[in-house]
Amino acid sequence: MGEEATLPITVEFSGGLELLFSKQKTHKVQIPASDPSGKPANVGFLVGWLCDNLMVDKRKDMFVMDGTVRNGILVLINDADWELEGEDEYVLEKGDNILFVSTLHGG
Amino acid sequence: MQSQEPAALQLRIQELEAELAALRASAQEASGDIVTSAEAREEQKESNENLPLLLDEYRRYGRQMIMPEIGFDGQLRLKRAKVLIVGAGGLGSPAAAYIAGAGVGTIGIIDHDTVEHSNLHRQIIHSTSKVGMSKVESAITYLKDLNPNPTYIPHVQALTSANALPILTPYDLILDCTDHPSLRYLISDTAIILNKPIVSASALRTDGQLIVLNDPPGSGPCYRCIWPNPPPASTVTSCGEGGILGPVVGVMGVLQALEAIKLLSRPAPPEQKTTSMTIFSAFPQMAFRTLKMRGRRKACVACGEPADAKDKITKEAMEKGLIDHIAFCGTSAPVGLLKPEERVDVREYMKVRDEGKEHTLLDVRDETQFGICKLEGSLNIPYSEFESLALAEDTASKIPESLQSILAKGLPEAPIYVLCRLGNDSQHVTKQLKDAGVAGGRVFDIKGGISEWAKSGVSGPFPQY
Ligand SMILES: [Zn+2]
Repeated sequence: MGEEATLPITVEFSGGLELLFSKQKTHKVQIPASDPSGKPANVGFLVGWLCDNLMVDKRKDMFVMDGTVRNGILVLINDADWELEGEDEYVLEKGDNILFVSTLHGG
Repeated sequence: MQSQEPAALQLRIQELEAELAALRASAQEASGDIVTSAEAREEQKESNENLPLLLDEYRRYGRQMIMPEIGFDGQLRLKRAKVLIVGAGGLGSPAAAYIAGAGVGTIGIIDHDTVEHSNLHRQIIHSTSKVGMSKVESAITYLKDLNPNPTYIPHVQALTSANALPILTPYDLILDCTDHPSLRYLISDTAIILNKPIVSASALRTDGQLIVLNDPPGSGPCYRCIWPNPPPASTVTSCGEGGILGPVVGVMGVLQALEAIKLLSRPAPPEQKTTSMTIFSAFPQMAFRTLKMRGRRKACVACGEPADAKDKITKEAMEKGLIDHIAFCGTSAPVGLLKPEERVDVREYMKVRDEGKEHTLLDVRDETQFGICKLEGSLNIPYSEFESLALAEDTASKIPESLQSILAKGLPEAPIYVLCRLGNDSQHVTKQLKDAGVAGGRVFDIKGGISEWAKSGVSGPFPQY
């Protein structure tokens, strides 16, 4: 096999979440096309991958809790609520845009 | 005589008519209907019983009425509408100004706060001369001057689970211009019970979010459909903590007014509608983005049918005080990590400086805040550097190098005083350093931070921000 197959996608952070990811809002990343068990990479896998590979800050619980994205963070798959797309089961495709939005409360 | 009679009578009639007019005028004045006869004449000129709007209103709203999106009927709907603005702050200020300007007939404003100097860079309906006044009173003073035609209803109080139902009941639309998740859930739950739509917005730092909920009423998602569970209290940042750029929150408040005007002027609610959320980012490149959101959640405890019927948020449950939105969202407990002897107040620390005692002053505010003002001789290591360290036994080996090098420079046993903005972060750092055995455990937290230092005036005038 040699090189592992990868998937180019865009990951974005908004509402202050970017502070946990090098203060950068947009990241073009190449993620493994399949998870360790060989299944095609889905959003659930991406969340774990981001924690291990893209998150600089040590405070993982600002992003994930109990194995999924913490309460108060919306996940958008190509600008649609992930609940319309199968949530963490959504299988990623080349060029997908995954946006994580931390809900704001100030006013 | 006969020739003089008609002339005399004529004169008498004129005298009596003048008397009668004077009596009528004073009677009107006494009844308080019309203050002066000059104003009475003005009033008559301005209103015409055959017209549904005052002449002033035709002039005032002409520029929006000539657009087919509003039109005359839309203007009449606005005039008949009743809007409640919850929060007269960064969102509520511009929202209220545009809503009043557009001629919404009844405008209620609820807020328990008073105007402060730190509000004025963004809360544009308040002003320097109103500092200390209730925000509601300040807002209504401004709005009456902007447009005297609407009826303004002041609610100088906090919105709570106990008063939300009666306060929201008379209104057609609720604008959520609040600043805490517990209020956002409270407004949503109450509006669902009362079948009213909500225009909700929020902002922090350089970002904003906007969503219209329960629209059309009875079928659009509620706040709980989108966010069934509140964020952990520790992750909630206020504008006071995180900062806010005036025009960012201003843009969001203006957008709320726009959605409110659209919603209230339309002939009838659409039968169905997809819900979208608009997010705004000012940096790095300004961007608006429209996100497609989910619809109602079948099992939503507020607007749906939860699996266990007992979980349903009903009017009765609200009235009985069974729904505690503050407990639901949790509160970050006041930081109380240290024993009294591990903390000093600003006066005690001033004494340490006055007496020239050898020590290290460690300021753990971030670099941006450190750049605003600082105490002479302080060492800045941002809290984030400590926070990202795991609180493990080997913390000592992970202490930031800058501090280690200071400690190595001949002050290894000198005490360390830790300062932050308000006195919370400094407690965490003090605990961390003590646990690591730094400076022989002689680490002290300065109570109340640099904010208390400034307020107390121990070192003379000092910036407060
Ligand atoms: Zn709901």
